[in-house]
Amino acid sequence: MIATDIDPVFKALADRSRRKLLDVLYSNNGQTLTELCEHLDMTRQAVTQHLALLEQANLVVTSRRGREKLHYLNPVPVHEIYERWIRKFERSRLQALHDLKQQLEEK
Amino acid sequence: MKDSKFVYVTYIATAPEKVFQALTEGAVTRQYWGHENVSDWKPGSPWKHQASDGTGTVRMVGEVVESTPPRRLVITWAYPQDQANKAKHTRVKFEIEPIGDMVRLTVTHDELEAASEMDKGIRQGWPRVLSSLKTFLETGKPLDTWAGMK
Repeated sequence: MIATDIDPVFKALADRSRRKLLDVLYSNNGQTLTELCEHLDMTRQAVTQHLALLEQANLVVTSRRGREKLHYLNPVPVHEIYERWIRKFERSRLQALHDLKQQLEEK
Repeated sequence: MKDSKFVYVTYIATAPEKVFQALTEGAVTRQYWGHENVSDWKPGSPWKHQASDGTGTVRMVGEVVESTPPRRLVITWAYPQDQANKAKHTRVKFEIEPIGDMVRLTVTHDELEAASEMDKGIRQGWPRVLSSLKTFLETGKPLDTWAGMK
């Protein structure tokens, strides 16, 4: 199941072609399979397979517009990775800067 | 051209009612969003997104388009200065679907003008808000939602 498991996110991101797919969606969100294929040097079948993995990881979500299926980049799982590790460090660094500023200004 | 659209999805181990409540009750919203969403949530009614930092600053305004607890909420979304200018209103749709013992929350924000301030702002905002909402509902503890952002 997709869900709250983070493994599929890392698996999905551990591939250059899938990252490229996400880049293409980042620059132009909401594309059909055909539009995506135009930007990529891959067969339609390969793109379909990559998209399936990205959808499973909840990194890509689809929405229908009439008969078309549009693909959207969903950065929420990536943000959760950021929350889990990066922001903790950012916070302590900001605190250190704040303390330094206080110390220097006291003099 | 108002053709920019974003779709955000998060899976939360909770009940649909809890998610709906977390979107519409100021007392809950404030805990993970730093803002209260205030409205009577009747179609056609206004709603506002108000800072809970004590200043009560209104950051967003709009109208309730549709409210079907606990599954669906559609609102318009605009800066307070654009309240009277309907052409500048964007639209946010929340869809809440139970999946097993989880909820799939889909937030669709559309009718956005590409590369506008709103378009850029919501790209930063929604992933944070949804991560924070998920953490809050699953653990009872909110994230420091706007840390490092001004």
